[in-house]
Amino acid sequence: MIALPVTAPAGVVTAEGLDAHVACFPTREQYHDLVASLRDSGFEMCADLCAVDYLTHPGRQLPDGVVPERFEVVVNLLSLSLKQRVRIRVQVGEHEPAVETLFDLYPGTEAMEREAFDLFGIIFLHHPDLTRILMPEDWEGHPLRKDYGVGRVPVQFKEAPGPR
Amino acid sequence: MTDSIRAISRDEMLVAETSEGAQELKLRSATEPDELRREVGAVLRVDGRTLDPSSIDIERRDDETMIINMGPSHPSTHGVLRLMLELDGEVVLRTKPVIGYLHTGMEKTGEELTYVQGATNVTRMDYLAPITNELSYSMAVEKLLGIEVPTRAVWIRMMMSEINRISSHLVWMATNGMDLGSTSMMIYGLRERELILAFFEKTAGLRLNLNYVRPGGVAADLPDGWQDDVLVICDTIYARTFEYDELLTGQPIFRDRMIGVAPMTAEEALALSVTGPLLRSTGVPWDLRRSMPYLAYDEVEFDVIVGKYGDNFDRFAIRLNEIRESIRIVRQCVERMPLGDYRTQDPKITPPPRARIDESMEALIHHFKLFTEGFHVPIGEVYSAVESPRGELGCYIVSDGGPKPYRIHVRAPSFVNLQAVPLLMRGGLMSDTITVISTVDPVMGEVDR
Repeated sequence: MIALPVTAPAGVVTAEGLDAHVACFPTREQYHDLVASLRDSGFEMCADLCAVDYLTHPGRQLPDGVVPERFEVVVNLLSLSLKQRVRIRVQVGEHEPAVETLFDLYPGTEAMEREAFDLFGIIFLHHPDLTRILMPEDWEGHPLRKDYGVGRVPVQFKEAPGPR
Repeated sequence: MTDSIRAISRDEMLVAETSEGAQELKLRSATEPDELRREVGAVLRVDGRTLDPSSIDIERRDDETMIINMGPSHPSTHGVLRLMLELDGEVVLRTKPVIGYLHTGMEKTGEELTYVQGATNVTRMDYLAPITNELSYSMAVEKLLGIEVPTRAVWIRMMMSEINRISSHLVWMATNGMDLGSTSMMIYGLRERELILAFFEKTAGLRLNLNYVRPGGVAADLPDGWQDDVLVICDTIYARTFEYDELLTGQPIFRDRMIGVAPMTAEEALALSVTGPLLRSTGVPWDLRRSMPYLAYDEVEFDVIVGKYGDNFDRFAIRLNEIRESIRIVRQCVERMPLGDYRTQDPKITPPPRARIDESMEALIHHFKLFTEGFHVPIGEVYSAVESPRGELGCYIVSDGGPKPYRIHVRAPSFVNLQAVPLLMRGGLMSDTITVISTVDPVMGEVDR
């Protein structure tokens, strides 16, 4: 087990991922503080931020003490000095899909959070400009959610369906 | 006279509404200080935090400045990038990239394709460096499967991704030259790239979207006489890099437009999660090939090219020298290419050879299962990252145990690097926006996915 360079705040569940990265499972309240403490202990860069919709895959493996929710925001932090990655997976409920933004810690998450908002409808509180980024502004729905259909190619000589 | 002209007034709109609404750059009077902070690219870390919004110049009024639109269909935006610029005369104050014009939902498509088909999907994201896309995806799938790739496949992958890096940088040299008015550089860059594309065609059968690196190995062994082809590529391009030096590096007009323009510091680059040549130009020696070696990069010799000032010229020099370093790696690959299988021999993952299907029932069944259902991948989630010509290209795959990825997310370096554009353009001249877009080198297929 690779040790984290920082002792995770009390209550944060950690586990080793499949690819030898440490994974942390903070709650939504612990999330921002955990990322802040990791940043102060050498993780200079937020390499990636994305969301996953676990609607049709509820039986995923999670360590004890983590309550599975529909959405998960996955953050990959990178430490250039330690040459180490850490993954943070925070569970986000379906009814109020909102987490704190990381913009004040890593300004580079700005576009990534907008993408997660656009495609999954997860609200990042205190984000400076939470608008859609890939889809048009008047688009309805969040395409990467599992209950959003794949769409179809309209058949020629038939009345074309709507935009989706 | 006017009475005799036949005319009719048309009230309905002829042009569909093209506004992107809230995604666009708004007037200063309609902008929150928080958003202004982001748009001026003022994401500098002061005392470890972002810049205080109150310290931004908000004394300018809307009637002093002008918001103009650039793109999405502008030849220098390298695809369909739209930039909204706020200008004070010739000086750029705020910039906002508006993207999404090439969004085709490739991550959603990836969830509908099996792991066998997935490589054809990801290869279309960064169309200038398809091998690195496939590599990142394949390495993620292999990590989930827990399989090892034969040594020859590893070296073939490494050689191909370096050749691909050369061709990608050549296109960059070509388009950058064109943006600056050096059309001969464009012709030379594309001419040299043609050598590489011909070799790709010989090896993989295709020129652009190769689908060559697949989970389990590569699609085909290298063709007969590949050493000669590769060495011709190396010799030709290595010699020509010095011609580019003569053409551009010492050229006064080129230098005037590149040196000292649009600088960035290491702190800003790290804060913005910028990777690749942009990060290295600021002096941070971060190259995943060296820092977190994958494939066999720890067995070959090469230098990580690092800049100092983080300006346009550093980014140019880094890419030019990375071509030379890639040639060095390719030469070592030619010398040390091991013998053996070019893909894993696990029949559950790689299809059987054509000849086996005729004689073996088992092979036929495996072939049928692979191309109808695909292989099942154990439950788990994995992130794999490789150094693409543009930076860290990551692939995050969640598997639910089925034959299709439950979620496939690609961390596209261009998408993230594009956030540096407002910062780089701030305070620069309008004419320098062209060079900034060019040296950031976004590939819109990857930005929008």
